[in-house]
Amino acid sequence: MALRTPLYPEHHRLNARFVTFAGWEMPLHYGSQLDEHQAVRRNAGMFDVSHMGQIDVDGPDAKPLLRRLLANDVAKLKTVGKALYTCLLNESGGILDDLIVYLRGPGSYRLVVNAATTAKDFAWLREHAQGGDVEIRHRDELAMIAVQGPQARALALGCLPPEIASFAAELEPFSATQCGSWLVGRTGYTGEDGLEIILPATDATELWRSLHAAGIQPCGLGARDTLRLEAGLNLYGQDMDETTTPFDCGLEWTIAWEPAERAFIGRPTLEAQRIAPRRWAFVGLVLLVDGVMRAGQRVWAEDQAIGIITSGGFAPTLNRSIALARVAPSSGPDCAVEIRGKRLPAQIVKPPLVRHGRILLEL
Amino acid sequence: MNELPTDLRYSKTHEWARLEDDGTITVGITDHAQDALGDIVFVELPECGRKLAADEPCAVIESVKAASDLYAPVAGEVIAVNAALRDTPEAINNSPYDEGWILRLQPDDPHALDSLLESTAYAQLIADES
Repeated sequence: MALRTPLYPEHHRLNARFVTFAGWEMPLHYGSQLDEHQAVRRNAGMFDVSHMGQIDVDGPDAKPLLRRLLANDVAKLKTVGKALYTCLLNESGGILDDLIVYLRGPGSYRLVVNAATTAKDFAWLREHAQGGDVEIRHRDELAMIAVQGPQARALALGCLPPEIASFAAELEPFSATQCGSWLVGRTGYTGEDGLEIILPATDATELWRSLHAAGIQPCGLGARDTLRLEAGLNLYGQDMDETTTPFDCGLEWTIAWEPAERAFIGRPTLEAQRIAPRRWAFVGLVLLVDGVMRAGQRVWAEDQAIGIITSGGFAPTLNRSIALARVAPSSGPDCAVEIRGKRLPAQIVKPPLVRHGRILLEL
Repeated sequence: MNELPTDLRYSKTHEWARLEDDGTITVGITDHAQDALGDIVFVELPECGRKLAADEPCAVIESVKAASDLYAPVAGEVIAVNAALRDTPEAINNSPYDEGWILRLQPDDPHALDSLLESTAYAQLIADES
Protein backbone atom coordinates (compact mmCIF):
# COMPACT_ATOMS: atom_id res chain seq x y z
CA MET A 1 0.00 0.00 0.00
CA ALA A 2 1.52 3.27 -1.14
CA LEU A 3 1.88 6.13 1.32
CA ARG A 4 -0.27 9.20 0.75
CA THR A 5 0.25 12.79 1.82
CA PRO A 6 -2.49 14.74 3.61
CA LEU A 7 -3.16 16.47 0.27
CA TYR A 8 -3.94 13.26 -1.62
CA PRO A 9 -7.71 13.98 -1.70
CA GLU A 10 -6.98 17.43 -3.17
CA HIS A 11 -4.84 15.92 -5.94
CA HIS A 12 -7.56 13.42 -6.66
CA ARG A 13 -10.16 16.19 -6.82
CA LEU A 14 -7.90 18.05 -9.31
CA ASN A 15 -7.74 14.93 -11.55
CA ALA A 16 -4.03 14.33 -10.97
CA ARG A 17 -2.28 11.53 -12.80
CA PHE A 18 -0.42 9.69 -10.06
CA VAL A 19 3.00 8.08 -9.94
CA THR A 20 4.60 6.03 -7.19
CA PHE A 21 7.75 7.78 -5.99
CA ALA A 22 9.83 6.39 -3.10
CA GLY A 23 6.77 4.46 -1.92
CA TRP A 24 4.50 7.52 -2.06
CA GLU A 25 1.53 7.94 -4.37
CA MET A 26 2.28 11.42 -5.70
CA PRO A 27 0.84 13.63 -8.46
CA LEU A 28 2.84 13.31 -11.70
CA HIS A 29 0.81 16.05 -13.38
CA TYR A 30 -2.71 17.47 -13.41
CA GLY A 31 -3.23 17.42 -17.18
CA SER A 32 -0.12 18.88 -18.81
CA GLN A 33 3.38 18.70 -17.38
CA LEU A 34 4.54 21.27 -19.95
CA ASP A 35 1.89 23.81 -18.89
CA GLU A 36 2.85 23.29 -15.25
CA HIS A 37 6.52 23.84 -16.06
CA GLN A 38 5.73 27.10 -17.88
CA ALA A 39 3.47 28.28 -15.05
CA VAL A 40 6.46 28.11 -12.69
CA ARG A 41 8.82 29.86 -15.12
CA ARG A 42 6.34 32.62 -16.00
CA ASN A 43 3.96 32.99 -13.06
CA ALA A 44 3.57 30.64 -10.08
CA GLY A 45 3.14 26.96 -9.39
CA MET A 46 2.81 24.86 -6.25
CA PHE A 47 4.00 21.39 -5.37
CA ASP A 48 2.95 19.04 -2.60
CA VAL A 49 6.30 17.91 -1.21
CA SER A 50 4.93 16.46 2.02
CA HIS A 51 6.58 13.16 1.16
CA MET A 52 9.94 14.72 2.03
CA GLY A 53 11.26 13.97 5.50
CA GLN A 54 11.35 16.55 8.28
CA ILE A 55 13.78 15.63 11.03
CA ASP A 56 14.37 17.83 14.09
CA VAL A 57 17.68 17.67 15.94
CA ASP A 58 17.52 19.44 19.29
CA GLY A 59 19.66 19.68 22.40
CA PRO A 60 23.01 20.85 23.71
CA ASP A 61 24.81 18.28 21.53
CA ALA A 62 22.83 19.00 18.35
CA LYS A 63 25.41 21.38 16.90
CA PRO A 64 28.48 19.19 17.54
CA LEU A 65 26.56 16.18 16.17
CA LEU A 66 25.65 17.95 12.92
CA ARG A 67 29.15 19.40 12.58
CA ARG A 68 30.40 15.80 12.67
CA LEU A 69 27.73 14.35 10.31
CA LEU A 70 27.33 17.02 7.63
CA ALA A 71 29.93 17.95 5.01
CA ASN A 72 28.85 21.58 5.14
CA ASP A 73 29.25 23.32 8.49
CA VAL A 74 26.19 24.30 10.55
CA ALA A 75 28.48 26.69 12.46
CA LYS A 76 27.97 28.98 9.43
CA LEU A 77 24.34 29.39 10.53
CA LYS A 78 24.69 32.50 12.67
CA THR A 79 21.12 33.76 12.83
CA VAL A 80 17.91 31.89 13.54
CA GLY A 81 16.09 30.94 10.34
CA LYS A 82 19.19 30.69 8.13
CA ALA A 83 19.44 27.59 5.95
CA LEU A 84 22.31 25.57 4.51
CA TYR A 85 22.45 23.01 1.70
CA THR A 86 24.67 20.05 2.50
CA CYS A 87 25.52 16.43 1.85
CA LEU A 88 25.32 13.72 4.47
CA LEU A 89 28.26 11.39 3.83
CA ASN A 90 29.23 7.88 4.83
CA GLU A 91 32.72 6.95 6.05
CA SER A 92 34.02 6.58 2.49
CA GLY A 93 32.70 9.97 1.39
CA GLY A 94 29.72 8.48 -0.47
CA ILE A 95 26.57 10.58 -0.39
CA LEU A 96 23.89 9.17 1.92
CA ASP A 97 21.63 12.11 1.15
CA ASP A 98 21.50 15.78 0.26
CA LEU A 99 19.43 18.01 2.50
CA ILE A 100 18.62 21.48 3.71
CA VAL A 101 19.24 22.27 7.38
CA TYR A 102 17.58 25.26 9.06
CA LEU A 103 18.70 26.81 12.33
CA ARG A 104 15.49 27.00 14.38
CA GLY A 105 17.04 28.33 17.56
CA PRO A 106 20.10 27.80 19.75
CA GLY A 107 20.83 24.05 19.60
CA SER A 108 17.73 23.47 17.47
CA TYR A 109 17.83 22.35 13.83
CA ARG A 110 15.37 21.17 11.18
CA LEU A 111 16.62 18.85 8.44
CA VAL A 112 14.54 18.50 5.27
CA VAL A 113 15.61 15.28 3.58
CA ASN A 114 14.62 13.19 0.57
CA ALA A 115 11.59 10.93 0.83
CA ALA A 116 13.42 7.77 -0.22
CA THR A 117 16.17 8.30 2.35
CA THR A 118 14.20 9.54 5.36
CA ALA A 119 14.25 6.24 7.26
CA LYS A 120 17.94 5.67 6.47
CA ASP A 121 18.90 9.20 7.54
CA PHE A 122 16.87 8.97 10.72
CA ALA A 123 18.56 5.70 11.69
CA TRP A 124 22.00 7.15 10.84
CA LEU A 125 21.39 10.27 12.95
CA ARG A 126 20.09 8.21 15.88
CA GLU A 127 23.04 5.82 15.70
CA HIS A 128 25.59 8.63 15.77
CA ALA A 129 23.73 10.56 18.46
CA GLN A 130 23.93 7.72 20.94
CA GLY A 131 25.14 8.83 24.36
CA GLY A 132 24.77 12.51 23.45
CA ASP A 133 22.39 15.04 24.94
CA VAL A 134 20.31 15.41 21.80
CA GLU A 135 16.80 14.53 20.74
CA ILE A 136 16.06 13.40 17.18
CA ARG A 137 12.47 13.42 16.01
CA HIS A 138 10.85 12.53 12.70
CA ARG A 139 8.17 15.20 12.31
CA ASP A 140 5.81 13.14 10.15
CA GLU A 141 2.83 15.16 11.39
CA LEU A 142 4.02 18.03 9.17
CA ALA A 143 3.17 18.74 5.53
CA MET A 144 5.14 20.84 3.05
CA ILE A 145 4.06 22.91 0.06
CA ALA A 146 6.58 24.54 -2.28
CA VAL A 147 5.32 27.66 -4.10
CA GLN A 148 7.64 28.63 -6.94
CA GLY A 149 7.82 31.19 -9.73
CA PRO A 150 8.31 34.92 -10.30
CA GLN A 151 4.87 35.70 -8.82
CA ALA A 152 4.97 32.94 -6.18
CA ARG A 153 5.81 35.04 -3.13
CA ALA A 154 3.46 37.87 -4.01
CA LEU A 155 0.54 35.47 -4.50
CA ALA A 156 1.33 33.18 -1.56
CA LEU A 157 1.84 35.86 1.09
CA GLY A 158 -1.86 36.69 1.16
CA CYS A 159 -2.65 33.05 1.91
CA LEU A 160 -0.40 32.77 4.96
CA PRO A 161 -1.56 33.40 8.54
CA PRO A 162 -1.12 37.15 9.16
CA GLU A 163 1.27 36.58 12.07
CA ILE A 164 3.74 34.87 9.71
CA ALA A 165 3.03 36.69 6.42
CA SER A 166 4.69 39.96 7.43
CA PHE A 167 7.91 38.14 8.32
CA ALA A 168 7.71 35.91 5.23
CA ALA A 169 7.49 39.04 3.07
CA GLU A 170 10.89 40.21 4.30
CA LEU A 171 12.79 36.92 3.95
CA GLU A 172 16.23 36.91 2.37
CA PRO A 173 17.01 34.02 0.01
CA PHE A 174 17.84 30.81 1.88
CA SER A 175 16.34 31.86 5.16
CA ALA A 176 13.13 31.08 7.00
CA THR A 177 10.70 32.40 9.57
CA GLN A 178 8.76 30.36 12.10
CA CYS A 179 5.52 30.63 14.02
CA GLY A 180 4.21 27.73 16.06
CA SER A 181 4.62 24.61 13.92
CA TRP A 182 4.85 26.68 10.73
CA LEU A 183 8.18 27.29 9.04
CA VAL A 184 8.30 29.34 5.84
CA GLY A 185 11.59 29.44 3.95
CA ARG A 186 12.65 31.32 0.82
CA THR A 187 14.01 28.19 -0.80
CA GLY A 188 13.10 25.85 -3.62
CA TYR A 189 14.14 23.37 -6.25
CA THR A 190 13.16 25.00 -9.53
CA GLY A 191 15.62 27.82 -10.21
CA GLU A 192 12.89 30.37 -9.49
CA ASP A 193 12.13 32.54 -6.49
CA GLY A 194 9.57 31.17 -4.08
CA LEU A 195 8.69 29.81 -0.68
CA GLU A 196 8.67 26.39 0.91
CA ILE A 197 5.97 26.23 3.54
CA ILE A 198 6.16 23.61 6.28
CA LEU A 199 2.99 23.39 8.32
CA PRO A 200 0.87 21.02 10.38
CA ALA A 201 -0.73 18.36 8.14
CA THR A 202 -4.10 19.39 9.54
CA ASP A 203 -3.69 22.90 8.03
CA ALA A 204 -2.43 21.72 4.63
CA THR A 205 -5.74 21.38 2.78
CA GLU A 206 -6.92 24.86 3.71
CA LEU A 207 -3.64 26.44 2.59
CA TRP A 208 -3.55 24.41 -0.65
CA ARG A 209 -7.07 25.55 -1.57
CA SER A 210 -6.28 29.13 -0.69
CA LEU A 211 -3.11 29.10 -2.84
CA HIS A 212 -5.06 27.57 -5.71
CA ALA A 213 -7.76 30.23 -5.38
CA ALA A 214 -5.01 32.88 -5.50
CA GLY A 215 -4.14 31.66 -9.00
CA ILE A 216 -1.21 29.37 -8.26
CA GLN A 217 -1.05 26.37 -10.61
CA PRO A 218 -0.86 22.92 -8.98
CA CYS A 219 2.21 21.12 -10.38
CA GLY A 220 3.29 17.50 -10.21
CA LEU A 221 6.60 15.71 -9.84
CA GLY A 222 7.00 15.67 -13.63
CA ALA A 223 7.36 19.46 -13.85
CA ARG A 224 9.44 19.47 -10.68
CA ASP A 225 11.93 17.20 -12.45
CA THR A 226 12.22 19.26 -15.66
CA LEU A 227 12.46 22.50 -13.67
CA ARG A 228 15.28 21.24 -11.49
CA LEU A 229 17.05 19.75 -14.51
CA GLU A 230 17.04 23.12 -16.29
CA ALA A 231 18.22 24.75 -13.07
CA GLY A 232 21.13 22.27 -12.87
CA LEU A 233 20.04 20.89 -9.50
CA ASN A 234 20.94 17.32 -8.63
CA LEU A 235 18.40 14.63 -7.80
CA TYR A 236 19.41 12.15 -5.13
CA GLY A 237 19.37 8.53 -6.32
CA GLN A 238 19.89 9.66 -9.90
CA ASP A 239 22.77 12.15 -10.14
CA MET A 240 24.33 10.98 -6.89
CA ASP A 241 24.16 8.13 -4.41
CA GLU A 242 26.34 6.28 -1.92
CA THR A 243 28.83 5.34 -4.66
CA THR A 244 29.53 8.99 -5.59
CA THR A 245 31.26 11.67 -3.56
CA PRO A 246 30.51 15.41 -3.83
CA PHE A 247 33.43 15.66 -6.29
CA ASP A 248 31.70 13.28 -8.71
CA CYS A 249 28.45 15.23 -8.96
CA GLY A 250 29.36 18.90 -8.92
CA LEU A 251 28.77 19.41 -5.19
CA GLU A 252 32.34 20.19 -4.19
CA TRP A 253 31.19 23.74 -3.34
CA THR A 254 29.04 22.39 -0.50
CA ILE A 255 32.02 20.99 1.43
CA ALA A 256 33.17 23.22 4.28
CA TRP A 257 36.95 22.64 4.45
CA GLU A 258 37.50 25.28 7.12
CA PRO A 259 38.09 24.95 9.98
CA ALA A 260 40.60 22.25 9.08
CA GLU A 261 40.24 20.57 12.46
CA ARG A 262 36.50 19.85 11.98
CA ALA A 263 36.49 16.06 11.65
CA PHE A 264 33.27 15.33 9.73
CA ILE A 265 32.42 11.84 8.53
CA GLY A 266 33.90 11.23 5.08
CA ARG A 267 36.51 13.99 5.41
CA PRO A 268 39.63 11.77 5.03
CA THR A 269 38.34 10.41 1.69
CA LEU A 270 37.46 13.87 0.44
CA GLU A 271 40.85 15.26 1.48
CA ALA A 272 42.52 12.51 -0.56
CA GLN A 273 40.26 13.17 -3.57
CA ARG A 274 40.90 16.89 -3.28
CA ILE A 275 44.58 16.51 -4.12
CA ALA A 276 44.20 13.57 -6.54
CA PRO A 277 43.31 13.97 -10.24
CA ARG A 278 39.53 14.20 -10.67
CA ARG A 279 37.71 10.97 -11.54
CA TRP A 280 34.85 12.75 -13.28
CA ALA A 281 33.58 16.08 -14.42
CA PHE A 282 29.90 16.68 -13.73
CA VAL A 283 28.51 18.63 -16.68
CA GLY A 284 25.42 19.72 -18.52
CA LEU A 285 24.62 18.47 -22.02
CA VAL A 286 22.54 20.01 -24.76
CA LEU A 287 21.37 17.86 -27.65
CA LEU A 288 21.99 19.68 -30.93
CA VAL A 289 19.40 17.74 -32.95
CA ASP A 290 15.87 16.44 -32.35
CA GLY A 291 15.54 13.67 -29.80
CA VAL A 292 15.40 13.21 -26.05
CA MET A 293 18.35 12.26 -23.85
CA ARG A 294 17.59 9.96 -20.92
CA ALA A 295 19.43 8.72 -17.84
CA GLY A 296 21.79 5.83 -18.53
CA GLN A 297 22.66 6.81 -22.11
CA ARG A 298 26.33 6.79 -23.01
CA VAL A 299 28.32 9.90 -23.93
CA TRP A 300 30.95 9.68 -26.67
CA ALA A 301 33.79 11.88 -27.91
CA GLU A 302 35.58 10.87 -31.09
CA ASP A 303 35.26 7.09 -30.74
CA GLN A 304 35.75 6.95 -26.99
CA ALA A 305 32.97 6.38 -24.48
CA ILE A 306 33.62 9.26 -22.06
CA GLY A 307 30.74 9.05 -19.64
CA ILE A 308 27.12 8.52 -18.83
CA ILE A 309 23.96 10.61 -18.49
CA THR A 310 22.64 10.69 -14.92
CA SER A 311 19.49 12.74 -15.66
CA GLY A 312 18.04 13.68 -19.01
CA GLY A 313 14.86 14.87 -20.59
CA PHE A 314 13.10 17.50 -22.60
CA ALA A 315 13.65 21.06 -21.35
CA PRO A 316 10.45 23.03 -22.02
CA THR A 317 12.08 26.45 -21.53
CA LEU A 318 14.81 25.62 -24.07
CA ASN A 319 12.54 23.55 -26.34
CA ARG A 320 15.25 20.92 -26.70
CA SER A 321 16.70 18.04 -24.75
CA ILE A 322 19.20 18.63 -21.95
CA ALA A 323 20.95 16.35 -19.48
CA LEU A 324 23.32 16.12 -16.56
CA ALA A 325 26.22 13.71 -17.06
CA ARG A 326 29.37 12.34 -15.51
CA VAL A 327 32.17 12.47 -18.08
CA ALA A 328 35.94 12.14 -18.16
CA PRO A 329 37.66 15.30 -16.87
CA SER A 330 38.51 17.99 -19.48
CA SER A 331 36.07 16.59 -22.04
CA GLY A 332 34.35 18.59 -24.67
CA PRO A 333 32.70 20.72 -25.65
CA ASP A 334 31.82 18.54 -28.65
CA CYS A 335 30.42 15.11 -27.92
CA ALA A 336 27.73 12.65 -28.97
CA VAL A 337 25.02 10.85 -27.04
CA GLU A 338 24.01 7.33 -27.94
CA ILE A 339 20.24 7.12 -28.30
CA ARG A 340 18.81 3.81 -29.54
CA GLY A 341 22.08 2.83 -31.18
CA LYS A 342 22.63 6.17 -32.94
CA ARG A 343 25.19 8.74 -31.84
CA LEU A 344 23.63 12.18 -31.96
CA PRO A 345 25.65 15.40 -31.69
CA ALA A 346 25.58 17.15 -28.32
CA GLN A 347 27.53 19.84 -26.54
CA ILE A 348 28.97 19.93 -23.05
CA VAL A 349 27.82 23.05 -21.18
CA LYS A 350 28.00 24.41 -17.67
CA PRO A 351 24.81 24.10 -15.61
CA PRO A 352 22.52 25.81 -14.66
CA LEU A 353 20.85 26.37 -18.03
CA VAL A 354 17.89 28.36 -16.72
CA ARG A 355 17.64 30.67 -13.69
CA HIS A 356 14.90 33.13 -12.78
CA GLY A 357 13.13 32.56 -16.08
CA ARG A 358 16.23 33.40 -18.10
CA ILE A 359 18.00 31.05 -20.49
CA LEU A 360 21.71 31.06 -19.61
CA LEU A 361 22.79 29.04 -22.60
CA GLU A 362 24.61 30.29 -25.65
CA LEU A 363 25.27 27.77 -28.39
CA MET B 1 -13.19 8.89 -20.46
CA ASN B 2 -10.97 8.63 -23.51
CA GLU B 3 -12.35 8.97 -27.01
CA LEU B 4 -12.72 5.73 -28.98
CA PRO B 5 -14.12 6.06 -32.53
CA THR B 6 -16.12 3.03 -33.64
CA ASP B 7 -15.03 3.22 -37.29
CA LEU B 8 -11.36 2.45 -36.51
CA ARG B 9 -9.53 -0.78 -35.75
CA TYR B 10 -7.13 -1.14 -32.82
CA SER B 11 -4.02 -3.10 -31.91
CA LYS B 12 -3.23 -4.58 -28.52
CA THR B 13 -0.27 -2.18 -28.36
CA HIS B 14 -2.57 0.89 -28.52
CA GLU B 15 -2.27 1.89 -32.18
CA TRP B 16 -5.35 2.75 -34.22
CA ALA B 17 -5.68 1.97 -37.95
CA ARG B 18 -8.08 3.50 -40.45
CA LEU B 19 -8.83 2.07 -43.90
CA GLU B 20 -8.88 4.95 -46.39
CA ASP B 21 -10.96 4.99 -49.60
CA ASP B 22 -7.85 4.29 -51.69
CA GLY B 23 -7.04 1.10 -49.76
CA THR B 24 -4.19 2.62 -47.73
CA ILE B 25 -4.15 2.48 -43.94
CA THR B 26 -3.53 5.46 -41.66
CA VAL B 27 -1.96 4.70 -38.29
CA GLY B 28 -1.70 6.62 -35.01
CA ILE B 29 -1.86 6.03 -31.29
CA THR B 30 -5.08 5.96 -29.32
CA ASP B 31 -6.42 8.66 -27.03
CA HIS B 32 -5.82 6.24 -24.16
CA ALA B 33 -2.17 5.83 -25.21
CA GLN B 34 -1.45 9.56 -25.53
CA ASP B 35 -3.09 10.16 -22.17
CA ALA B 36 -0.88 7.54 -20.53
CA LEU B 37 2.30 8.90 -22.16
CA GLY B 38 1.74 12.51 -21.13
CA ASP B 39 2.96 15.50 -23.16
CA ILE B 40 4.61 14.29 -26.36
CA VAL B 41 7.73 16.27 -27.26
CA PHE B 42 9.31 14.43 -30.19
CA VAL B 43 8.45 11.75 -32.76
CA GLU B 44 11.06 9.81 -34.68
CA LEU B 45 9.37 8.91 -37.98
CA PRO B 46 10.33 6.12 -40.41
CA GLU B 47 11.53 6.70 -43.98
CA CYS B 48 8.94 6.54 -46.73
CA GLY B 49 9.31 3.35 -48.71
CA ARG B 50 10.31 1.27 -45.71
CA LYS B 51 8.70 -2.19 -45.70
CA LEU B 52 7.28 -3.21 -42.36
CA ALA B 53 6.26 -6.57 -40.94
CA ALA B 54 3.21 -6.67 -38.69
CA ASP B 55 4.12 -5.70 -35.09
CA GLU B 56 7.48 -4.28 -36.19
CA PRO B 57 8.62 -1.19 -34.25
CA CYS B 58 8.56 1.64 -36.81
CA ALA B 59 8.49 4.97 -34.97
CA VAL B 60 9.48 6.27 -31.56
CA ILE B 61 7.27 8.56 -29.54
CA GLU B 62 9.11 10.53 -26.89
CA SER B 63 7.00 12.05 -24.15
CA VAL B 64 8.09 14.03 -21.13
CA LYS B 65 8.01 10.68 -19.34
CA ALA B 66 9.66 8.10 -21.61
CA ALA B 67 10.33 6.83 -25.13
CA SER B 68 7.76 4.41 -26.56
CA ASP B 69 7.77 2.40 -29.76
CA LEU B 70 5.01 2.53 -32.33
CA TYR B 71 4.35 -0.93 -33.81
CA ALA B 72 3.07 -1.50 -37.32
CA PRO B 73 -0.48 -2.84 -36.83
CA VAL B 74 -0.31 -4.65 -40.19
CA ALA B 75 2.41 -5.51 -42.70
CA GLY B 76 2.99 -3.03 -45.52
CA GLU B 77 5.05 -0.25 -47.00
CA VAL B 78 5.29 3.23 -45.50
CA ILE B 79 3.89 5.61 -48.13
CA ALA B 80 3.57 8.77 -46.04
CA VAL B 81 4.51 10.16 -42.64
CA ASN B 82 3.03 13.12 -40.79
CA ALA B 83 5.94 15.54 -41.17
CA ALA B 84 3.99 18.23 -39.29
CA LEU B 85 4.72 16.30 -36.09
CA ARG B 86 8.32 17.47 -36.30
CA ASP B 87 7.18 20.96 -35.32
CA THR B 88 4.00 20.11 -33.46
CA PRO B 89 4.38 16.72 -31.75
CA GLU B 90 1.68 17.85 -29.30
CA ALA B 91 -0.86 17.24 -32.10
CA ILE B 92 -0.82 13.62 -30.93
CA ASN B 93 -2.04 14.75 -27.50
CA ASN B 94 -4.56 17.25 -28.82
CA SER B 95 -5.94 15.33 -31.79
CA PRO B 96 -4.83 11.69 -31.66
CA TYR B 97 -7.21 10.44 -34.38
CA ASP B 98 -6.94 13.34 -36.80
CA GLU B 99 -4.06 15.87 -36.87
CA GLY B 100 -1.98 13.51 -34.74
CA TRP B 101 -1.85 10.71 -37.30
CA ILE B 102 1.65 9.25 -37.58
CA LEU B 103 2.09 7.28 -40.81
CA ARG B 104 0.25 5.77 -43.77
CA LEU B 105 0.82 2.23 -45.04
CA GLN B 106 0.09 0.41 -48.28
CA PRO B 107 -0.89 -2.93 -46.72
CA ASP B 108 0.49 -6.17 -48.16
CA ASP B 109 -2.88 -7.81 -47.55
CA PRO B 110 -5.94 -5.65 -48.28
CA HIS B 111 -7.90 -7.56 -45.63
CA ALA B 112 -5.20 -7.33 -42.95
CA LEU B 113 -7.27 -4.91 -40.91
CA ASP B 114 -9.75 -7.68 -40.12
CA SER B 115 -7.20 -9.19 -37.74
CA LEU B 116 -7.27 -6.08 -35.51
CA LEU B 117 -9.62 -5.32 -32.63
CA GLU B 118 -12.91 -3.49 -32.99
CA SER B 119 -13.51 -0.58 -30.64
CA THR B 120 -15.58 -2.62 -28.19
CA ALA B 121 -12.84 -5.27 -27.87
CA TYR B 122 -10.20 -2.56 -27.46
CA ALA B 123 -12.29 -0.83 -24.79
CA GLN B 124 -12.38 -4.16 -22.96
CA LEU B 125 -8.61 -4.51 -23.29
CA ILE B 126 -8.06 -1.09 -21.69
CA ALA B 127 -10.50 -1.93 -18.92
CA ASP B 128 -8.67 -5.22 -18.26
CA GLU B 129 -5.29 -3.47 -18.15
CA SER B 130 -6.42 -0.93 -15.56
